[in-house]
Amino acid sequence: MVKVEFLGPIAREPMEVEAESLAELSKRLYDEETIRPWLQKCAVAINDVMVKDPNHPLKEGDRVSILPPVCGG
Amino acid sequence: MGEMSDMELYEGPLNVKEIFGRWLDEEAESNYGAYIPFVGTIRAEDGIEALSFDIYEPILRQWFEAWQARAVERGAKVKMAHSIGDVPVHTSSYISAVFSPRRRVALELIDEFVEDFKANAPIWKYDVIDGKRIYAADRSTPMEGAGVLTGGLKREK
Repeated sequence: MVKVEFLGPIAREPMEVEAESLAELSKRLYDEETIRPWLQKCAVAINDVMVKDPNHPLKEGDRVSILPPVCGG
Repeated sequence: MGEMSDMELYEGPLNVKEIFGRWLDEEAESNYGAYIPFVGTIRAEDGIEALSFDIYEPILRQWFEAWQARAVERGAKVKMAHSIGDVPVHTSSYISAVFSPRRRVALELIDEFVEDFKANAPIWKYDVIDGKRIYAADRSTPMEGAGVLTGGLKREK
């Protein structure tokens, strides 16, 4: 299981998901209506490290953060 | 919160004069020839009473540390402070500064640093209108690496 947390304006509680890669997790998230509209615009961190590979492997206990578009200042 | 590093986070508006004054004192003997401060002030527009901010601190710290390293390579130093939560109009939510031996590096660095801050610092902005927080979706930018979730979907089709 990996823990997925949604940051900032994505109004959604953290969820636990069975997934062995980011691509597999993507499919699961795509099935969630409240999350789907965000997916294309979001960046991802695994255990607080930003990742760029859509097929990045996931392991038991990973914490995946979903980061929507930003605007500081 | 606060004074642990060159990046400071505060609940509510920043005490701009105190922070800039303290930064000036901290570097008084560092032999920097240029100190360029930037102040972001909340403007009254579109009926907002405040802006409000969420921050994801672990990634913000990494982003900032990467910029510190870039500044050091050029003999310079960057500092910043940002607010968390509500910040009323006509007060400040973001300040930053560059110190460098010479002005040219400082002028270039403050430009790059503030622009990249806008594009990639993990901070989310909301308008506060009638006490309600509304995500500033149209002013927000996808971070570098955004789309990694849909990239995987496309590749498998």
